[in-house]
Amino acid sequence: MSVSVRVPTILRTYTDGQSEVSADGTTLAEVLDSLEASYAGIRARILDDDGKLRRFVNVYVGNDDVRFLDDLATPTPDGTQVSVIPAVAGG
Amino acid sequence: MSTVTQDAIPSDTDTDNATGAELHAEPAKHTPREGAFGNATHLQCRECQHQVTLGPFYACPECFGPLEVAYAFPAVTREEIEAGPRNIWRYKALLPVPDDIETSRNTEPGFTRLLRAHNLGAELGIDHLWVKDDSTNPTNSFKDRVVACALSAAIELDAKVFACPSTGNLANAVAAAGARAGIKTVVFIPSNLEHPKQVNSAIFTDSLVAVNGNYDDVNKLASEIAGEEEGWAFVNVNVRPYYAEGSKTLGYEIAEQLGWRLPDQIVIPVASGSQLTKVHKSFQELIKLGLVEDKPYKVFGAQASGCSPVSVAYKAGTDAIRPVKPDTIAKSLAIGNPADGIYVLDICRETGGAVEDITDDEVRDGIVLLARTEGIFTETAGGTTVGVLKKLVESGQLDTSLETVVINTGHGLKTLDSVSDRVSAAATIEPSYAAFQATGLGA
Repeated sequence: MSVSVRVPTILRTYTDGQSEVSADGTTLAEVLDSLEASYAGIRARILDDDGKLRRFVNVYVGNDDVRFLDDLATPTPDGTQVSVIPAVAGG
Repeated sequence: MSTVTQDAIPSDTDTDNATGAELHAEPAKHTPREGAFGNATHLQCRECQHQVTLGPFYACPECFGPLEVAYAFPAVTREEIEAGPRNIWRYKALLPVPDDIETSRNTEPGFTRLLRAHNLGAELGIDHLWVKDDSTNPTNSFKDRVVACALSAAIELDAKVFACPSTGNLANAVAAAGARAGIKTVVFIPSNLEHPKQVNSAIFTDSLVAVNGNYDDVNKLASEIAGEEEGWAFVNVNVRPYYAEGSKTLGYEIAEQLGWRLPDQIVIPVASGSQLTKVHKSFQELIKLGLVEDKPYKVFGAQASGCSPVSVAYKAGTDAIRPVKPDTIAKSLAIGNPADGIYVLDICRETGGAVEDITDDEVRDGIVLLARTEGIFTETAGGTTVGVLKKLVESGQLDTSLETVVINTGHGLKTLDSVSDRVSAAATIEPSYAAFQATGLGA
């Protein structure tokens, strides 16, 4: 399954400045593996040492925060957009 | 110390490397002038302590943690502060703003009234109670404070557009501040927001964007735009570290207005949690600077049950804050995924306070209670805070013998609908004395 991943500014050093890249995978975990294969080091910025999503990063599959779905096991259908966005306080 | 420049406003250039071991910096398109951020020295990650140079940066390049402003404060005296203007710039030495901030075109918020709440205190059985009433700010909420600091940063960073995602009050403040400063504003709000709050933004800007979604959806959109559009300063996204510092002025003012002492207890509403953490930070700074006596104080957080992820985590005794889909009339507190929630838990637990939540009916009761006892018409967030204060007393969590401050963050005229069916004319009569007598309202 090919998906499009929107990359936040602070991770674009890993993607040669690209704000959007392609990745493969049927779940978010697989998509992150695919990202890591193409852009070494990027996964460790999104996941902590225990392999969980870092506390201050939000990941969306489509428009849905994966914390409301199945977290890293969230399915990523073909053509889905995945967005990685820093969590920001201050409404 | 390792430093890195990220660039969100002038360009998308990012300069961190993969390991973080050898960081380098590329020049930004705009270099802030000397002293643009006052006595601030750098930004520092609250999570991993990684340090970043001052600029339009908000997320730690190492762990995504929130960047906060760090300072080298000069010696500041009470007399110097008291000689300053009657607005937040009296504390400019403690804020990330230039020394000439008073000459800028800003809304001059702050130094709002601290009212001794004898009647509300008597009603609740609290001996010494004050209301810090931020509804008297230029656009009638505490957001004017944070926006004034964000505007200063945006201008110093040469931003062309001043923007925000908002639950209403912030949009009002950004739109007004942008109008006064002569900078283009674009404000994003949930489309189901209270109509008065929409009008209160649209009157100042022709670029109010209503988004079909909740605040968290709007926030996500703003973060995406901030990453793509050049020259945009989203006050609570890419200039958030400077913006958030404005909330410290609430704490400074409370201490000064109490005669340069800290209250024993303070009750603060919790949306993202930023305000509560900054009031605590302000108290700590005042102690460190010797401006107030060091003493214990308890911090309490207030949420509405329809959006109470921090309160739920507090009561469960856990640090795991489970995001929720908000469903409450307290829309200005309806942030389902509060980024500073974990720090709220830390502060409330460490100080011996608590986090509590109340139902929407109790929120309405809180609004009416404050209005009927103190003549202050608060919005739903204030109703939440007063209602939680009442609940804390009833549950014995708040010590009624101690000096207590409750913060009112905004004006009730913005959320009229929430109480419009609770109050009405006592009678509708013909214009005659007899008709009046028939009401039973006379002596």
